Amino acid sequence: MDISKKEYEQTAKKHAGSSKMYITVPKAFLIGGLICCIGEGLLNMYQYFGIEFDEASAYTSITLVFLSALLTGLGLYERIAKHGGAGTLVPITGFANAVVSPALEFKTEGYVLGTGAKMFIIAGPVIVYGITAAFIYGIIYYIYGLCA
Amino acid sequence: MAEFIKDGSIRLTNGVSAYSYAAAVGKMEGEGPLGDCFDYVASGAEIGEDTWEKSESKFQQYALEMALNKSGLQKSDLSIIFAGDLLNQCTGSAYGLRDSGVPFIGLYGACSTMAESLMLASLFADMRLGERFAAITSSHFCSAERQFRFPINYGGVRPPTSQWTATAAGCCITAAAEKPPYIKAVTVGKITDMGIKDANNMGAAMAGAAYDSLSRHFENTCSSPDDYDGIFTGDLGQVGTDILCELFDKRGVDISRVHNDCGLMLYDREKQDVHAGGSGCGCSASVLCAHILPSIAGGKLHRVLFAATGALMSTTMSQQGESIPGISHVVEIADTL
Repeated sequence: MDISKKEYEQTAKKHAGSSKMYITVPKAFLIGGLICCIGEGLLNMYQYFGIEFDEASAYTSITLVFLSALLTGLGLYERIAKHGGAGTLVPITGFANAVVSPALEFKTEGYVLGTGAKMFIIAGPVIVYGITAAFIYGIIYYIYGLCA
Repeated sequence: MAEFIKDGSIRLTNGVSAYSYAAAVGKMEGEGPLGDCFDYVASGAEIGEDTWEKSESKFQQYALEMALNKSGLQKSDLSIIFAGDLLNQCTGSAYGLRDSGVPFIGLYGACSTMAESLMLASLFADMRLGERFAAITSSHFCSAERQFRFPINYGGVRPPTSQWTATAAGCCITAAAEKPPYIKAVTVGKITDMGIKDANNMGAAMAGAAYDSLSRHFENTCSSPDDYDGIFTGDLGQVGTDILCELFDKRGVDISRVHNDCGLMLYDREKQDVHAGGSGCGCSASVLCAHILPSIAGGKLHRVLFAATGALMSTTMSQQGESIPGISHVVEIADTL
């Protein structure tokens, strides 16, 4: 063929449009911020009903995870996420969506080899490296404490 | 007897007709610009099945049955079926056609499979190795997503270069020349890897293959884009189309006047959220069987090239950092023998 890979790469680069960041970033900020505001509202509500802060925080997380799972099941979460981008991906609701969506998707292959085995295909790496990072941080913190 | 020209191009000399053809598509495809052309438009993506893979198989069955019914044929009138799809082990074809009772050859050419199957069905017909041959391909948005990307309900964001896998199936039955459209020549695609690694930019991964196969077809058949009133690439989308036209343009060949892309024809990109356009075996298959072939039969088009393009991507190899090989097979179709 009479085209070098370099020429092709340049041509391909020229025609690959990028995301309109002046739209996507503010949208992610607003929708992500809204989710956090809902969280804050829930926290205040639970405290208003006399629940201690630590417990109210846990209830807030549980409520957000539940709502995210429900919206995922109803097929609404991905519609919000289409506009929310990282705003819906980063909060705890995004993590719930990442677990519930494969659980539902692979149900057709059974509850063991489908839902059970595939539930963490997206969230698995987050858990693995999250725990690993926590361990490393813990060790550093411990050593720092000994030195100090 | 089919005559080998050179470098993958073969001329069909005995005369072959695209005898009967039909396309079955999903709801979203039915809402696109070609919505009225399809033989069957489903009300949803499931069409009465409980899994996406079974649904895709059913779309293939529908396409085959409608192509047969339109010309009063039975499955027993077919000598061989050439079929393929995007799924592992050609699931859509193997499970969809397992009860057909017709000799079966499963093919994989990613999104180029319709041109691949039509090419083989035409060559077999030209060599009179049987009476009638069926070329069938399908794709399904949901079955492709879960195999190649993410679960349907996952809230990941698609980049602007990504394409939408069509939920569609097309079937074309070839036979000895009887009525237009006639299959005139084919050019077998070469695996062409231009170094594109982005699995969300299939148009760029395939445009090089389309350029190579179309260039060879022009040269080997001593023709130029001006000799055709339609050059239809299969699912390059907007990105791949722009690349292809620029590559030809730089070499002083203008194909943009007659070029169109099945991935751009199937959906209305202004109203339908398909980013760079449609893709999947069913995309070019349904556009071919519902629009291109009927247009030739109806005298609106006279001589066209159908160049379905495929990204022969393996998710495993992409994760290993390999670039994406592309392929494009060309089938020349005309209204005169």
